[in-house]
Order: sequence, then C-alpha cells, then structure tokens
Amino acid sequence: MPVKQIHLAAHFPGVNNTTVWSDPRSASQIDFASFEHLARTAERGKFDFFFLAEGLRLRELKGRIHDLDVAGRPESLTVLSALAAVTTRLGLAATVNSTFNEPYDVARRLATLDHLSEGRAAWNVVTSYDAFTGENFRRGGFLDEADRYTRAAEFLHTARELWDSWADEDVLADAEAGEFVRPGAGAFAHHGREFDITGRFTTPRGPQGHPVIIQAGDSDEGREFAAADADVIFSRHGTLDEGRAFYKDVKSRLARYGRRPDELKILPAVTYVLGDTDEDAAERALEIRRAQVSPQNAIAYLEGFWGRDLSAYDPDGPLPDVEPDLGEGVSKGRAQFRGDRGEVVRRWRALAAERGLSIRELVVEATGRQTFIGTPRTVADRIDEFVQTDAADGFIFVPHLTPGGLDDLVDHVVPLLQEKGVFRTDYSGPTLRDHLGLTAPRVRRAPEEAAS
Amino acid sequence: MTHLHLAVALDGAGWHPAAWRDPSVRPGGLFGARHWTGLAAEAERGLLDFLTIEDAFGLQSSRPGEPDDRTDQVRGRLDAVLLAARIAPATSHIGLVPTAGTTHNEPFHVAIGIASLDYASHGRAGWRPQVAARAADAAHFGRRVLPPLDALRGPRGRELVAELFGEAADAVEVVRRLWDSWEDDAEIRDAATGRFLDRDKLHYIDFEGPHFSVRGPSITPRPPQGQPLVAALAHDVVPYEFAARGADVVFITPHSRADAVTVVAQVREAERTVGRTGEPLKVFADLVVFADAAPGAAAARKARLDDLDGAVLVSDADIFTGTPEELADLLLDWRQAGLDGFRLRPGVLPADLVTISRDLVPILQRREAFRTVYDTSTLRGHLGLARPVNRYSAAR
Ligand SMILES: Cc1cc2nc3c(=O)[nH]c(=O)nc-3n(C[C@H](O)[C@H](O)[C@H](O)COP(=O)(O)O)c2cc1C
Repeated sequence: MPVKQIHLAAHFPGVNNTTVWSDPRSASQIDFASFEHLARTAERGKFDFFFLAEGLRLRELKGRIHDLDVAGRPESLTVLSALAAVTTRLGLAATVNSTFNEPYDVARRLATLDHLSEGRAAWNVVTSYDAFTGENFRRGGFLDEADRYTRAAEFLHTARELWDSWADEDVLADAEAGEFVRPGAGAFAHHGREFDITGRFTTPRGPQGHPVIIQAGDSDEGREFAAADADVIFSRHGTLDEGRAFYKDVKSRLARYGRRPDELKILPAVTYVLGDTDEDAAERALEIRRAQVSPQNAIAYLEGFWGRDLSAYDPDGPLPDVEPDLGEGVSKGRAQFRGDRGEVVRRWRALAAERGLSIRELVVEATGRQTFIGTPRTVADRIDEFVQTDAADGFIFVPHLTPGGLDDLVDHVVPLLQEKGVFRTDYSGPTLRDHLGLTAPRVRRAPEEAAS
Repeated sequence: MTHLHLAVALDGAGWHPAAWRDPSVRPGGLFGARHWTGLAAEAERGLLDFLTIEDAFGLQSSRPGEPDDRTDQVRGRLDAVLLAARIAPATSHIGLVPTAGTTHNEPFHVAIGIASLDYASHGRAGWRPQVAARAADAAHFGRRVLPPLDALRGPRGRELVAELFGEAADAVEVVRRLWDSWEDDAEIRDAATGRFLDRDKLHYIDFEGPHFSVRGPSITPRPPQGQPLVAALAHDVVPYEFAARGADVVFITPHSRADAVTVVAQVREAERTVGRTGEPLKVFADLVVFADAAPGAAAARKARLDDLDGAVLVSDADIFTGTPEELADLLLDWRQAGLDGFRLRPGVLPADLVTISRDLVPILQRREAFRTVYDTSTLRGHLGLARPVNRYSAAR
C-alpha cells in the first residue's frame, strides 16, 4: 500500500465554546487582520484550504441572546474574496446554506470567487432549515426537516447546471472578429420541484469549472447526499474508532454512484494541544478545557440538556436534582441535538456520582477532550496513524485562539509530516482541485447545444 | 472654493458597448482580478472619492428590459460585492461602492455582505441598492412574475414601479437597522461574569413589511463606518423620493447645466416630500466620458467605436467628448447648479479612467477644485459625513 497523502484545512475559530475569548492573546473575531493572519498561516503551512462556518441567526438560550460565547462574524464569501487578495494558493471554503438562498445568486457568487481566486473556491453546502433562522429571511421558515436534503440536492444540481451553462471556450474576446461570446452562452432551463427557473446565467465558467463541494451533515440522508454529490466531507467523528466507522460507512456508499473511494475526502473537525513533553501538553490541555468551560458556560450547557433554567445551581456543586424538561427545549440556533436528552442526563448523573464530579467538572469531561495532545512528534505520528489507518483523509483544524491558534501547528508539526513524506512541501498546482487530487468536473453540455 | 467630489463608475471594458474592441483593451482579462485591481489602483492614484461597480441578475443587453442574442458586445459579469472585496486589500483609501439588488436579494445577506466589505476595507464600503424590474431577471429566480418593460408605462406600470421602489425602500431600512443592531460597545469580554456580549446592546430590528419581515439582530457587529454609504441612481420622482428616504448620495443624469438646476430642485423637493431629516443628499451628476488631450481625438475615437457597434451610443447620462480641459470647464460650470460632485463613466477602461486620474484631476487641483491628498481614511470621511450615532443607543 502506498502511503496516503494527508489533507489539512484551517477553520477560523467560531461561534462556539471551543474559542477561548478570555485569553489575553485572543484578538478580534471580526477585524480583517484576524482572518488574514490565520489564512497566511495556513498558506505558510501549505494547507489545502481555509474554512469559514456560517450561522444566520445569533443563538439564544432561554429566549434571550446567548451572551457567553464568541458571537458575531462576517459574511463568508465576502471575506474569502478579500482573502484571495492576500493569498495565492490556499483554497477558500465558504459555508452557504441551501435553505435561505437561491441557486442563481449562490452559483454566481461562487463562480465569482473562483474567478477572483484563480480556482480556489469551495462551498460547504449546509441545510439548516429551522424557522428560528428563517425569521431573518423573506421566505421565512418554510421547510420541513424531511425536505432539507431534497432542497439541498436540487439546489446543488441547479447550481451545477448554471456553472455548466457556460463552456470553457464560450468567452472568445476576439476583437478582430468582433466576437465576444459564443451564441447562447449561459442559457439554462431548470424545471424542478424546488426551483423552476430559465434564462441566461451571468457568470462565465470559473477556472475549476465547479467549485469544490463540501458537505457537513451527519444523518443518513446527509451521508447519502455526500456520497452522491460532494468532494469533501467535514465530519465530527474525530476519534480513531468513530472515524474509522464513519469512513468505512461513507466510502462504501460511493460505488452506488459510480465513484471511486478517493473521489470523496473525509476530513473530521479536530483540535490539538502541543507541549514540550506529553505530560506538559496534557496539563495545558486541561487548562484550555477549563477556560473553554467557564462556570457560566457549564450551567448554560446543562440548561440546553435539562431544557430549563438552572441559574440557581452552583457550578462547583453537584448536578441539579430537578428532573429535565423534555419538551421543546431552551436552546435555539445551534446544531440540534437529536438524541434522547433524558438518557444523556441519566448517563451524566451516573458519571458524576461515580467520579464525584461537580457541574463544571462534568461538563469539562463530557464535552470531550482535544483530539491530538502531545509533543509535536506525538501529534504528527498520531495524525499520520489516523490517516494511514483510514479514520480520515486529513483534518480540519479548529484552533482555540484567534488568530494565532495554528501558528505552532504550522511551525512544529507540519515539518514533521513533511519529513515523513505524508504531506506536501509545496503546492503542486494552482487550484484547490489540484490540492485535493480531484479531477476537473466534466462539461455536461456541448456548446453547440446551447445555441439551439 | 469647496472641493468637488469625483467618483468613477466601473463596468466591464467601459461604458461604450464596443469598448472591448478598442486596441488599448485586453478583453480576455475582464473576468480576472487583475483587470479590476488595476482599475482601482488607477482611480486611487487620481484620489477619487470612490468607485462604483455595476451589477445585475442578468446578462447585459442592447434591448432595454429584455435579453438579446448579440455576441459582439461584452456579455457576462461577476458579483459586484465580491469584486469590491477582492479590491479592498489591494487599495488603501478609495471608497468601494458595489451594486446589489433589492428585488431578488435577501436584505439580511446584503447587510452582512456590505458590513463585511466595510471591515475588509477599514471603513470604505458603500452600497448602491438597485431595483430589478426586468422580467427576464425575475425568471432566474422563479419566485415572482414581472411584466415586460413596455407594460411599465401605463397606470398598472406606475403601480408596479411604486411597488418595486417601496420594496427597495424597505430593503434599505432593514439593512440600515441591521447595521445598527449591534451597538459599538456590545462586545465586552467580561471575564468576571463570563460574558462575551452585553445583550442589552444588541437589538431585534423587528421589521414587518408587505414583502418581508426581518427579526435580527445582524450576525455581523456594527461596521467601522457605523453606516456604510448608500448611493442610488435616480431618473424620476419616484426614485428621487426613494433616494431621499434612505440614501446618502444620489446619482442624477442631467443633460445640461440648466437641466441640472431642474433636477437638483426636484431632488430637494423629494427630500421635503418624504420629510428627510439630517444631512441633505449629496447630489452627483453622471457623465459618460471620452477624453483625449488632442482636440477632436475623443470624438473621433467614440465615432470609431460607434461604427464598430453599428449604432451611435445612447445613454441615460449625458455623453462628453473632448479634452480634459474642456471636461474640467464643464464640471466646474455644472456644479454651480448645486451639484456636490460627479460620477464619471469612462467610455473605455482603463483609457478614459487614466485620462481622468492623470489629466483631469491635476487640472482640477490647479484650479483648487479637488483634493491633493486623501486627508481622511473612510468613505464617509471623504464626503464630509460624520460617523452616525447608532439609532438604538440614541433611543435608550
Ligand atoms: C462538522 C460540522 C460542521 C457544521 N457546520 C455548520 C455550519 O457552519 N453552519 C450550518 O448552518 N450548519 C453546519 N453544520 C450542520 C450540517 O451541515 C447540517 O446541515 C445539519 O447537521 C443537518 O443535517 P444532518 O441532519 O444530515 O446532520 C455542520 C455539521 C457538522 C457535522
């Protein structure tokens, strides 16, 4: 077996409690300089791409705006377009929802980014459909949960038709002959359940043809959507065992769509902590966990599962003795927990009783430790092991500090991966498709047909 | 004498439909970043207040209101907001005013896009809201059916125009409320209470209108300028009133100094009609410009392009051909009609922009009618507009 080459991406620290805003090194979440720093760091490390998440409504807890975590972020494609000016090879990935947008607009914006970055655009197609977010949009909350992927799939197919409505050769720009475009360039017609649109697409085909498609859903429908249509999966399965199970499951779905396993890259979201020794790193990891779970955050976290106000409880005291309210819930605007909350509460009570954990200690324990902890050598070996044993094709690194959170990874771990021969020492091509080893999408339509 | 304000309107290879065939143009590069950053650098070299970028949800056409099948003119465009963002880090002073529509766009997306442009440019963003009346563009979204443009002339047409501009006014109102929905000091990072935000300084905007309702607050903190500049192109009373309600700058299209006097009076009347308070609109006249140093050269160049295109150029704005001196004379003459400045639409890009920045501007500077350095760093600053007080903090 040849060694697999690792793919790496940088996630801008976001709206969640991974991001430690209280650290004195933590800079602005919104100033362009922060985005520029992280993007330049990722490009210095020869990463495949830079990634921005999306959330179109501020989160709420108990009917009020959630005020404990980082909040506030820019519009993804706008920032990425500006980052295209200060980077030259790094892929630029935007999360853009398929429910609160229209294909014509999204397709042209992504094609624009692809032009302006010379072939570095990627789109993470997400399907949040909730009426809560919908209150910020014309069309409101109109989707049933069951329809989210129906719309997403048709949205993506429609976008592909729009990108294919211009062939590579359609812009002639022949001043002598006086021919700027081929006849019929951009003509399209899509008649479907979600979209019934016809006309001419404004934007010539981008350098990649289609931007790279990323998918981040976890349900069965989400996995199937990825197997059919995505180039990359952004997964939350960052442990070795879960990663392997997920990898096997998703890769096995590809054959049905006539695709080879290496046509879909699986990149879990992961975190890391480095230290001079493994013990030192473990100690720092615990410190970071405690900074991520402030006393107030610990209570807020439990409230999400208990479905009720727990502000009277002491974060350093025992778990609440009241029973959870399993009704509608008190948390809005975050990825919904779809499991059985009552079951989770029972499990936590047992764990806290067994280990004598306070509320805060329980939350530190329950919300998971960092994926990779150790010396640069330990971490590099572990990353490589995950990839070579098919728990992943690479990782999306989520740093806990803005904007310097990946500096030490790039300075100390990337060189070790390069030494091992499992990570590029330079970009081999100009486009994100090149970095990911993806072939160019096929033009589905000959230019002659467009004219008719 | 107070200084004139000057803007340049960027679109493809210039405002003449045959401009891309001018020998000075590299027409293959129109969809690449370099074309646009080069134009922006040239405009900034001329110390212009801002540049605008045209856009629409449909291809260019020689027929008003509907697509055509011509292949001998530029067809195809990039998203203007993203283009402006790509230009932002490559420039340092010039204002960036992309077009984004009010008919098919989500106001929420526009608000966060322009706010993000303001962050990326350190306070140089603006927005030109544009109504999309073309039936063909509506068919690209499939959400509503608009009648063909000829139908806009009768009484039903006037109703539709009023409706589209009413919706546009609502969109501007929503976008402005969203920009204010975070007070400047909403982010507190208070370790003692564990709070990143002071939620009392975030505001639901609760806009309800016939076309949309938007709850808010924005997901993007208040942009550096507080309120990025809003600029509208207007040719008639309904759009003058639209501009008077929500814009900071209005672009008008007079065809003479006397005409400019009339239109400026109509704009002021529109301000009274809608009860505008605060700063009056800054009024800019649009002009299509072909300028060359040698007498007669610009007219001859335009005539050659007209020949290539098979028709004499027509425009909503007046078309100037002449020398930079003559252009300076015209600008200084027309401004006495009560104009604050001009938005120049170069006939050929970059050629006519280069003449503007390297010939016209020095002439205006010698006549003490234009800045010799940028002495402010934000777009509002260039226009002498203060950073506005947040409507929600003011209300507390
Ligand atoms: C790692 C990961 C990251 C995600 N990031 C986002 C995001 O930034 N914005 C968003 O709206 N949804 C995000 N999601 C949500 C999913 O994309 C998806 O729309 C949602 O989970 C519903 O689909 P599902 O039922 O298949 O999980 C993310 C999901 C995962 C697993």
